[in-house]
Amino acid sequence: MEKAIKRYFPIFVLPTLVAFTIGFIIPFITGIYLSFCKFTTITDAKFIGFSNYLKIWTDGTFVHSLWYTTMFTIVTVVLINLLAFIVAMLLTRKIKGTNIFRTVFFMPNLIGGIILGYIWNLLLNGILALWDKTLTYSSTYGFWGLVILMLWQQVGYMMIIYIAGIQNIPGDLIEAAEIDGANKWQQLRYVTIPMLMPSITVCTFLTLTNGFKLFDQNLALTNGEPSDMSEMLALNIFNTFYGRPGWEGVGQAKAVVFFIIVGIIAITQNRLTRSKEVQA
Amino acid sequence: MKNMKRIAALGMTAAMISSLAACGGSSSTATTAAPADTTAAAATTAAAAETTAAAAEAAKDDAAGGKVYYLNFKPEQADQWTALAKKYTEETGVQVDVQTAASGTYEQTLKSEMAKSDAPTLFQVNGPVGLATWKDYCDDMKDSAVYKDLSSDDYALKDADGAIRGIAYVIESYGIIYNKKLLADYIATDGAVIKDASEINNFATLKAVADDIQKKKDDLGLEGAFTSAGFDSSSDWRFKTHLANLPIYYEYKEKGISSTDAIEGTYLDNFKNIFDLYITDATCEPTVLSSKTGEDAASEFALGEAVFYQNGTWAYGDIKDNEVADEDLGMLPIYIGADGEENQGLCTGSENYWCVNTKASDADKKATYDFLQWVVESDEGRTSLSSEMGFVTPFTTFADYLPENPLVKAEQEYDKDKTPVSWNFTTMPSEEWKNKLGSAMLEYAQGTGDWDAVKTAFVDNWKTEYAAANS
Repeated sequence: MEKAIKRYFPIFVLPTLVAFTIGFIIPFITGIYLSFCKFTTITDAKFIGFSNYLKIWTDGTFVHSLWYTTMFTIVTVVLINLLAFIVAMLLTRKIKGTNIFRTVFFMPNLIGGIILGYIWNLLLNGILALWDKTLTYSSTYGFWGLVILMLWQQVGYMMIIYIAGIQNIPGDLIEAAEIDGANKWQQLRYVTIPMLMPSITVCTFLTLTNGFKLFDQNLALTNGEPSDMSEMLALNIFNTFYGRPGWEGVGQAKAVVFFIIVGIIAITQNRLTRSKEVQA
Repeated sequence: MKNMKRIAALGMTAAMISSLAACGGSSSTATTAAPADTTAAAATTAAAAETTAAAAEAAKDDAAGGKVYYLNFKPEQADQWTALAKKYTEETGVQVDVQTAASGTYEQTLKSEMAKSDAPTLFQVNGPVGLATWKDYCDDMKDSAVYKDLSSDDYALKDADGAIRGIAYVIESYGIIYNKKLLADYIATDGAVIKDASEINNFATLKAVADDIQKKKDDLGLEGAFTSAGFDSSSDWRFKTHLANLPIYYEYKEKGISSTDAIEGTYLDNFKNIFDLYITDATCEPTVLSSKTGEDAASEFALGEAVFYQNGTWAYGDIKDNEVADEDLGMLPIYIGADGEENQGLCTGSENYWCVNTKASDADKKATYDFLQWVVESDEGRTSLSSEMGFVTPFTTFADYLPENPLVKAEQEYDKDKTPVSWNFTTMPSEEWKNKLGSAMLEYAQGTGDWDAVKTAFVDNWKTEYAAANS
């Protein structure tokens, strides 16, 4: 059997490889090529070199979006992980109904981003109406609205990952620490957290990339209003591509720059947290 | 056991390969895929169904010589177009597909549809600026029957060489729609500033009336004089495009030009006046405007909560069958306080031009021209366009086919001896210009920005965007 699998390996890989090539590699390469072109539809592209990349910086919205997205990502990475960790710690104690709580916290993650965006749009506008304001009144409102939405959606998911991590910590380690006279804080600081590093790596990676790639929620909640001030990177790329005739190539160039930025950040983060992981 | 596994593995591989081949889509694979293993059955049948459908379509094409694919711009008339297309197919056997882009997404839908191998054969551009983007795709329509049926060359969209790239198919008017009954209620109150609706023929009177109505709104059972000037994307075009047409119109008129590379903004103070009126004498606080939608404004008017509502003849579908009776619908021009505005009519024009995709096959192009001819010359086509879709068209063939739309009637009644305002917003340099203007107007309205930003967006940005679009 082993040998048979090895022999037929290319055949078994083929479907996925074909799908991956059609769905990812080809569009990716076409995308990079298009970022050097001027075009209206992608079938009549004309090569023009680097001018799209220069245009990115003349259009002020990209730099603003980059800064806005970075702020958003920092805030959400910290808050989501902190809250998810706290909730996970609470729900791994032996209290009644933990399973119900876990399910409830996880549920928002099952709802799609666009729907969530509209739901929170209604909810937050309903509250802001008390002061005769709306979410799109200023980008600060949109920012915190988006933070609240993302917390609600993602804390549950990260919580599940942390719970799995916490349950994997061998009980004897904690017991040994207790016998050695470590207090609760020391147990957390020197046993639980180091043992949880793999979960932390995964969770920070997910929240970091989610923050940067955020699109649906941004589109549905504020759509970049007012004046593109609450527009994040992915939405900015989309609007450049579809919203401005003649700027399709620039949108494409922005997407390539975006890919590079997210790639660098994700790899750096992975290296950093990986190096902190320990073996029991 | 070992053999079983090997056979299973082989079977799976075979299934996989056959399903892959079926995805290839050529008609011969349909037969090979049919008897495939059950594991792949779901995939293969779906693929086979697709291929047979495609084959059927192809056969039909051969018989009819070409097919039509119309990407429609107006979601209000989506169902009527589909019905009309079906009728045409029944009559002639030529396949006509109609797709309608969701409100506000036409350009992006067109962009992705045009890249497909089955691209639209018939699509729309919104005027000279839209034509600049799509000129490589627009066929010269000078020999077409629809062009010959046009009542005036003004309704044809020409490029710099004089080739006919687009044909307008609907003429629309906009202004301030008002509720005659509510206005009569107001006139009946003590100290009303006017005695008859016809006295509103300049900005000063309009402002006096609106201010007074706003003051008495509780007595009159109203929420405000004007409906909310919402800046959600479903509504902001009423201001950043349609309202902004007026200062452009008067400036062009004064200079005797029909487009410019740099606007001066001589009538921006008037623009401010009318916009101030919209946001102060309104149903809501200016701070919530950013999320007010087009539906909000339409429903406020339709439910009799406001007297004035800036929109056009196309809005009838949204306000009919509510509190406002058809005979109570009236239309006024948008007065901004310019000289001689007593004779100003409504803003009348078109931003809907049919274009035939020049990159389509000759058979498809011919089918498309035939379809268009049928639409503007046959009884079915004319009835559908005029009474079902409610369009006023620029075609000579429509003399006996006038729409029942009360807003169109109100417009015709009003415009009898007035000078209509032309639609100069088709010369606005780009969508980006409109968006920037809209954002600046919103910020001014809600108090987070000042009027100077609107001026900058209007004047300076015109020059920048014009240069960028025409470089």
